[in-house]
Amino acid sequence: MKIHIKNGRLIDPASKTDKALDLFIAAGRIVGVGGTAPTGFEANSVLDATGCIVCPGLVDLAARLREPGFEYRATLESEMAAAAAGGVTRLACPPDTDPVLDEPGLVEMLTHRARLPEFAHVHPVGALTLQLEGKALTEMAELAEAGCVAFGQANRAIVDTQVLLRAMMYAATFDFPVWLQAQDPFLARKGVAHDGEVAARLGLAGIPVAAETIALATILHLARETGARVHVTRISSAAGIDMIVAARAAGIAVTCDVAIHHLHLCEMDIGFFDTQARLDPPLRSRSDRDALRAGLASGAINALCSDHTPVDDDGKQMPFEEAEVGATGLELLLPLTLKWAQEMKLPLAMALARVTSDPAQILGVKAGSLGLGAAADICVFDPAAGFRVTRENLRSQGKNTPFLGRELPGRVRYTLIDGHLAFDGTLG
Amino acid sequence: MQKSPQLNSHGELQHLLTIEGLPREVLTRILDTAAPFSEVAEREVKKVPLLRGKSVFNLFFENSTRTRTTFEIAAKRLSADVINLNINTSSANKGETLLDTADNLAAMQADMFVVRHASSGAPFLLAQHMAATGRDHIHVVNAGDGRHAHPTQGLLDMYTIRHYKTDFTQLTIAIVGDVLHSRVARSQIHALTTLGVPEVRVIAPKTLLPTGIERLGVRVFHDMREGLRGVDVVMMLRLQNERMQGALLPSTQEYFKSYGLTPEKLALAKPDAIVMHPGPMNRGVEIDSAVADGSQAVILPQVTFGIAVRMAVMAMLAGN
Amino acid sequence: MPLSTHLPDAEALCIALAEAMRPHVDPTATALVGIHTGGVWVAERLHAALGLKMPPGSINVSFYRDDFSQRGLHSNAKTSQIPFDVEGAHIVIVDDVLYTGRTIRAAMNELFDYGRPAKIDLAVLTDRGGRELPIAPSFCPHSLSLPAAQMLALERAADGGLSFRLITE
Repeated sequence: MKIHIKNGRLIDPASKTDKALDLFIAAGRIVGVGGTAPTGFEANSVLDATGCIVCPGLVDLAARLREPGFEYRATLESEMAAAAAGGVTRLACPPDTDPVLDEPGLVEMLTHRARLPEFAHVHPVGALTLQLEGKALTEMAELAEAGCVAFGQANRAIVDTQVLLRAMMYAATFDFPVWLQAQDPFLARKGVAHDGEVAARLGLAGIPVAAETIALATILHLARETGARVHVTRISSAAGIDMIVAARAAGIAVTCDVAIHHLHLCEMDIGFFDTQARLDPPLRSRSDRDALRAGLASGAINALCSDHTPVDDDGKQMPFEEAEVGATGLELLLPLTLKWAQEMKLPLAMALARVTSDPAQILGVKAGSLGLGAAADICVFDPAAGFRVTRENLRSQGKNTPFLGRELPGRVRYTLIDGHLAFDGTLG
Repeated sequence: MQKSPQLNSHGELQHLLTIEGLPREVLTRILDTAAPFSEVAEREVKKVPLLRGKSVFNLFFENSTRTRTTFEIAAKRLSADVINLNINTSSANKGETLLDTADNLAAMQADMFVVRHASSGAPFLLAQHMAATGRDHIHVVNAGDGRHAHPTQGLLDMYTIRHYKTDFTQLTIAIVGDVLHSRVARSQIHALTTLGVPEVRVIAPKTLLPTGIERLGVRVFHDMREGLRGVDVVMMLRLQNERMQGALLPSTQEYFKSYGLTPEKLALAKPDAIVMHPGPMNRGVEIDSAVADGSQAVILPQVTFGIAVRMAVMAMLAGN
Repeated sequence: MPLSTHLPDAEALCIALAEAMRPHVDPTATALVGIHTGGVWVAERLHAALGLKMPPGSINVSFYRDDFSQRGLHSNAKTSQIPFDVEGAHIVIVDDVLYTGRTIRAAMNELFDYGRPAKIDLAVLTDRGGRELPIAPSFCPHSLSLPAAQMLALERAADGGLSFRLITE
């Protein structure tokens, strides 16, 4: 299939390109950038990108597809449709499926299921310990062969520090990245909200910032000891960012990401016990949020992800402390990136880097950029159009989002995955 | 962001979920309305026909014979039909039970739900669900949700203070005990600050105070003797046994030594200071029997006032 | 037809009402119950004029009104005070203006919650017509006709003097 994307503004953060350039695609790859078509190129399809930005397809470091095991909440089909509608062409999924992704066979099944032309590329993060229980190691080499790009614990802690040390040592042996959420399980025990003014008023058990910083201190020390490449997931506090910056300055190889919700919301957004704001880690104070926004801009935080977690209505229609944790996000990753960029007056190329080339680098895959010969994973979006967040507009089965009812900037017009038109926003 | 589900489109009280956010005038009106209801208790026939033909369902997801009984008495004195439901919840089904139960009862022509639940915010969920399913006419009264609020207790405490001390703007008031876990304390703090009490103190060890409690408008004391100096009202909170298990306190004996109200500590307050307690009391833990049975304690009148205040709240809601 | 320039003289009516009642009351046993607020003032006048032994009672009918569902609870802090035994008593309900009769019905309902009186009479300063229930005054020195949009209210001056005022809604 030969495709010509014309009249768009090409932004490719990896090559620092931001120019009106056409793209020519053949056999799933980019065969021409700008200028006239390559010799002998006859387009089967011409996509009109007038008024649009043409950028690499988004790379989302955390999207729960809910398969295997949680099909009542969402299915691969619905969530891949959501990804395509959100301009996401590549995603990593956490290991907390049911059963947990701790066996090569399960990983193979998942990647096999996900291998359809209209589906985003899936990079499973394998479990670091069996059943995520934090006791025994998984067969990381086998899992890597089956397709895992990294090993982690989703949001479950490894309590036994000796196990954590050894898991990181083992992973470092093979130079496998270790993805960990920094949250001390004892300080976070029974907590449902940030330990601050809102939790005090609403009578909710709080999780102090210390839960993040103490766990982070352990992780960073062990990273230095073992030489493991560590990626800290869903950083949530100003103090946490400071520790990561200091660790880097001391030569520790650590990266981190932040979720879209923590970039825009804070504890106040719990309002009158709104369970859409029941998240892990919790939404923290205004100053924490401001530090996250600045940190993502400066590069202290490497990437922005959706932390996509579909939850059915029953799971959310509970009292706050009993409600299920998480929010849907694949279709909000791009709009919330644009919103952040607009509010902070950041160059679009830099903002888009945080959801394309930078996360691709963390995944360790050659992706997230548009050069000659690159895979045709492309997102074409209209930055001037709006996306109204409604239950009907969301393709994910998870309608659970604190942004419901809001109008966000940016509307995806086309999403291509390996040159295949996975999403056409011009259709009704 | 949601809007406060307590008020209807005319700004009138549709539900009573929390004292926080209620204007001073609304609180005062409730206290004023309670006064004539007090008199009803003195009559031969302790009933008025205001809620005749209305069904009030007591939905208690957390056991409490005391509170449930006072709500039942209040509703019956308003001539309402009262149905009591004590619901035992398994942890897996709590939320489902709350909304499903409410749906079933609403279908049985319920006019008012009095709800007590172990999770903060549960009555809000219920009120929002009623609004979302077109049942705006059903009123929800929060009889205590988790650690969040116990508005009728806060109101009856205010009624008690007004009865004995008249002018809120001249008082120094101390709340003593486990504020961290107390929905009563939170409601009291909101009521006292809204009614213009110039100095509200909380007295407790650090482990029993929520982070950032000062931002609710209170002065924090860890030394009870310092905190009680010159106060007009001492509001005691109950200490629950569980606190010893969570490494929050070592023992009740040590707690009583530092934070128990004894005659000697009470003497530091004003000579005409009153002592209040929401009940039930743990004698020898937070309060000495000599004080509980002494002349400054107004704990029994609080109970009587509680019925009048709850009658006032239910009558006002039913009329809106 | 509005009689804005011909409002009745409340003080004179009190005197007339007392005289109308005198032959029918027993100074040792008859008890007055005034309806808040105007009726209480009139009851005080009557109590003094008739030299009654039983202290006058006052009644706040808010909790017995039949329009609760439509209009809600009136914020009225007055309590009902019945300082005598209703059981077997001769009671005269006292109010300033008799109109639809619903207030009097509410007052009677409330009185019956205190006990069973032997006899209830009704004394009002003026009857403005417009009855919606079969209620009639036992003693009433004056009547007038007013359109529904107008209300007649009794007022008490700082020196205690009573007078009527017309209010157009």
